[in-house]
Amino acid sequence: MSTTTKPAPGARTSDRARDETRMGWLLSGPAVLVLLAVTAYPILQAFYQSLFNYRLTDPDARYFNWGYNYVVVLGDPQWWQTLGFTLLVTVFTVAIELVLGFALALVMLNAVRTVRPWLRTVILIPYGIITVVSAFSWKYAFDLGTGFVGAWTGNPGFDWFGDFWTAFLVISAAEIWKTTPFISLLLLAGLAQIPGDMLEAAKVDGATWWQRMTKVILPNMTASIMVALLFRTLDAFRIFDSVFVMTSGAQGTATVSFLAYAQTISQLQVGLGSAVSVLLFACVALICFIFIKLFRVDLSRARGE
Amino acid sequence: MDTGKLTTGRKILWAVVSVLVAVYALFPVVWIISLSLKSPSDVGNQQFWPTAVSWENYELIFTGQASELFVPALINSIGICLIATAIAVVLATLTAYAVSRLDFPGKKFILTMALGVSIFPVISIVTPLFNLWSRIGLYDTWLGLIIPYLSLTLPISIWTLAAFFRQIPWELEQAAQVDGATSWQAFRKVIVPLASPGVFTTAIIAFFIAWNDFLYGISLTSTSAARPVPAALSFFTGASQFEEPAGAIAAAAIVVTIPVVVLVLLFQRQIVAGLTSGAVKG
Repeated sequence: MSTTTKPAPGARTSDRARDETRMGWLLSGPAVLVLLAVTAYPILQAFYQSLFNYRLTDPDARYFNWGYNYVVVLGDPQWWQTLGFTLLVTVFTVAIELVLGFALALVMLNAVRTVRPWLRTVILIPYGIITVVSAFSWKYAFDLGTGFVGAWTGNPGFDWFGDFWTAFLVISAAEIWKTTPFISLLLLAGLAQIPGDMLEAAKVDGATWWQRMTKVILPNMTASIMVALLFRTLDAFRIFDSVFVMTSGAQGTATVSFLAYAQTISQLQVGLGSAVSVLLFACVALICFIFIKLFRVDLSRARGE
Repeated sequence: MDTGKLTTGRKILWAVVSVLVAVYALFPVVWIISLSLKSPSDVGNQQFWPTAVSWENYELIFTGQASELFVPALINSIGICLIATAIAVVLATLTAYAVSRLDFPGKKFILTMALGVSIFPVISIVTPLFNLWSRIGLYDTWLGLIIPYLSLTLPISIWTLAAFFRQIPWELEQAAQVDGATSWQAFRKVIVPLASPGVFTTAIIAFFIAWNDFLYGISLTSTSAARPVPAALSFFTGASQFEEPAGAIAAAAIVVTIPVVVLVLLFQRQIVAGLTSGAVKG
């Protein structure tokens, strides 16, 4: 923040400050209004809708039901099953992405000059692929009708999407493939900030590779790891595209986002669907809160300050 | 890293590592290309490669019966994403300028809000909009997608640009004025060239995010009037009811992927800088 113009001392300070405040809000105002319009308004509207017994096909039968939708959703084993699966996918994929992403970041950092740019190019490709396209690719690779994986694993008749655990593995694999490059780029940025002489000193003092890793590198990049972790966790928790394309929620692989979609868009149960949406929003807010309070993630780092 | 000369062992090690990374990154891409080149009778051959390369799927989506679904979707995707990106970049440029250049109460709040919006679950926006859009006639229109797309493109643009603008040596503008340039000249000749790479990179990143959307696309559209490509893919059907549309979907997937991959490869340095300095979202 060194480039910020400091107000000049003296009597004109307040004038100047007032001017800057006005200018600042004048310039940021439109964006702030748009952001509020596309998020604050919909979530309030969702909350309002969630308090009604409301089915789009039968709008006349709409009535206020005092939050009974929440009782229905929270009392339904399907909600807990869906939430459980979403948490499972989130924890599993983010954990693997972190380890794999860190390994990729180390590879890029230590790569010899001739391969480094080349590696970065290749790594960026999955990032550029649309999530739905990646989901189709993985689906068709494993699918009974089109897939080669069955033949390659010597089990051509095996339906990967017919069983909870194998469906879970394929969905997770697609997610991990698509997002690991991104996490590795974030971690690489963190790794590159560790002063080289610090590592050199550790090396001279006879620290082993493992000691350098756990005593020097990791402690110095906790902040970037936590920021990457927070954003990937929130992103993974909202998973929808892969599930929609691969299983449509069959075999117990529906996620919270998918459940809200199915309720609102497919079944037109606006009241119930809104309740699920609001609960999903609450979960995301809770995860965010836990990260910031418990793990003390410094958001100003995420803002790039 | 190591300054010493490469031993043969290290050379081999790096070759192996590079090949492994390449296989990891390219395997699903090569597979879908291969799938798109299979003829309908070949799609179910359960092999990785087609027995003979066929362009039938591409004909199907551009001139064949799938073209009614695909071509309008492609136009929708390009138009909607470009407009949503342009609006976001203009608004974000103003905001990022204010945030990085001026000192005013509330600028921390603006940045935190942008961050908050970017973690907002899309489905929580979709449910109320679905209902509202049907009532006010925005359902299944371009505008009906452009507005919610701003929730995807605007926050990331604000961040990325704020991070870029912070690195600009703004003193140069004053220096130019001291040297006799008018304030417009100083802005035009000094600041614009410094700021435009950041603006351009931001536009690319924002465009990707809009291009990647699926949930808004399937929820807020119902016909080819506004349905974007990712959503249209899930409506593809085979040549007959019993045939897998896999080949056509794969071909369409390749068509929408190629421009993005080309952009990524051309501007990789800037994109990596943009993604890691200000933004933390995929």
